Amino acid sequence: MDRVLFGDNQFFGVNHMSEEKARAQSMRFQELGAIIEVLDAAYEEGIRTFMCTSHDRVADICDHFRAHPEKYPDYRFYPCMPYAHKYANAVTEHGMIEALRMLLPQEGAVAAMLKGGVALATKDIEAIMQLLIDAEMKMFYGLSTPVVFMQNVITDLLLGLRMNDCFRIFHDHVKSRYGAEPAYITMNVPRLLDVLDTLRIDNPIVCANINKIGFRMCGGVTAYEEAIAKRRFRPIAMSVFASGAIAPREAIAYVCGQPRIESIVFGASGRGNIRQTNALIRELSVRPIDS
Amino acid sequence: MIRTAMVGLGKMGLSHLAIVRAHPDLNLVAGCDATAYLTDILGKYTGLKCYAEFDRMLDSERIEALVVATPSKLHAPMVQKALDRGLHVFCEKPFVLDVADGQRLVELAHRKSLVTQVGYHYRFVGAFKEAARLVRSGALGEIHHVRAEAYGPVVLRRKGATWRSAKNEGGGALYDYACHAIDLVNFIVGTPTSVDGVVRHSVFSRDVDDEVYGTFHFGDGASGQLCVNWSDESFRKMSTKISVWGTKGRLTADRQECQLYLRETHDALPGVGTGWTVRYTTDLSDEVWFYLRGEEYSAQIDYFAESVKTRRLDGENSFASALETDRVVAMMLGAVAERPASAAPAPVARTVWSRLFG
Repeated sequence: MDRVLFGDNQFFGVNHMSEEKARAQSMRFQELGAIIEVLDAAYEEGIRTFMCTSHDRVADICDHFRAHPEKYPDYRFYPCMPYAHKYANAVTEHGMIEALRMLLPQEGAVAAMLKGGVALATKDIEAIMQLLIDAEMKMFYGLSTPVVFMQNVITDLLLGLRMNDCFRIFHDHVKSRYGAEPAYITMNVPRLLDVLDTLRIDNPIVCANINKIGFRMCGGVTAYEEAIAKRRFRPIAMSVFASGAIAPREAIAYVCGQPRIESIVFGASGRGNIRQTNALIRELSVRPIDS
Repeated sequence: MIRTAMVGLGKMGLSHLAIVRAHPDLNLVAGCDATAYLTDILGKYTGLKCYAEFDRMLDSERIEALVVATPSKLHAPMVQKALDRGLHVFCEKPFVLDVADGQRLVELAHRKSLVTQVGYHYRFVGAFKEAARLVRSGALGEIHHVRAEAYGPVVLRRKGATWRSAKNEGGGALYDYACHAIDLVNFIVGTPTSVDGVVRHSVFSRDVDDEVYGTFHFGDGASGQLCVNWSDESFRKMSTKISVWGTKGRLTADRQECQLYLRETHDALPGVGTGWTVRYTTDLSDEVWFYLRGEEYSAQIDYFAESVKTRRLDGENSFASALETDRVVAMMLGAVAERPASAAPAPVARTVWSRLFG
């Protein structure tokens, strides 16, 4: 994995600090061109990985990268799935089973089963999860996707429900079908590591909030620092600035002070911020980790 | 460990289930839902003991507490049965559809000294807690207006087949979105004594309202406005905002931040200057032991567990508190012309005044 990964929250009106700012961003990035401009700026600064949700609009971004392979010969996507509001809104409007029917591919054996009213009769979550993963991965076809993430809403829901088998299903399918490294985003790192250990998922990639003020780090800063220092996993730090609550240098210094953190993901809307953050990470990284 | 069961394993139910199962003091012994595929999957993949029938679960399981997350029309009968058996109850919002049911349940719980809580999770959001604290401090002076708004993308076309789109089952934007906004008004400035200018319109739904507007009147002469629309796609998810105007300043709070404007400093808020003061969720959120979708969902379950452990009967979001919200809903539905004067709490400004100066 690269040391620096580029995130996508800013493009889709996700801002944990201010709804006004989120709206301004979603206006600014309404046109694909505005998004590509920022991704190009990041590319020119040497950032080669885009970590993004399977938001409908990411499909357009994927189209652009597929159409210009010569411009981005070494570009990688790290898909994070699913964009949960798509599911949540569908469930609210249509109910769980109907939503599932709508989100699953319309052709194929399971779809036929669902349509025929057999509806999960076998309770075979494995087949359904695989289809859902495939549906989310569709927009990335032909692009390099070496790491595939489960979004934190799903990871943490499954974690709370103790639906541990689902982690194994995700892990196996991402590996076998896509030859990719399965990875997990979570707000509950110590708890997730315990479960992945019991499933014998070795040295997993785990992306989580890691910031100096402990914002959304369940279990607390100390537990996180200990886990990062001692446990066998590959941490990616996100929300390192805690939505702007920590000054940039202080924020990056905190994360870079923990040499086992492999990568840092951040989002930015302009070249200035991208350059500044990128430079800070390079400067403050104690021991750059090769991908 | 508090032996706990859950009934209703739909969308909110699953979220509660995950949080309850992750709580160190709650031992979830069983779940109940009429949808067989769901309980079969939960049984098969998580080992949860599941029932299809609520009565059978109550008969078979030795439990102390129950979490109710069924469709709204089932709340009253299920809560009644739970209280009859001496269970502490956490119930999803809205509490009940009929104020008379609610009154009976409040009295029953009180008689049996049982812990009650309703899932108005916004009262556990740091920025809204801060807004309530600021208003109660008296720093805004005499409150003369409040506006509560909730917008989001739930019903965006002419279709819909769930109970949320069914009349008389607690469907519609009034019971879903507006309840939250009304409860925030009650939480932050107090309960309105009357309602008028109510508009409940369908935008896309056949049977229920998709937008709800109304004017609130408070005992001390203050007024309020409610603006709710769940057919607004420009919002990524539900977005709720409350603004309060007083003689000495104003504030606006949403899930992310609390913006305060003060015309003059106030002794109750040391260190807060005149003009704008903004505090963000990063600063206002208390850490929770488990995170799913937002600190508030975990915090409210933790609060319930704590209430059961300490037998706290007058905690946040009690049935009595949630019934105040149901009363406002009833006023909006025109079922009740005006709240009886005896039930109206004292206006906030006066309460604060009397608290501070006797």
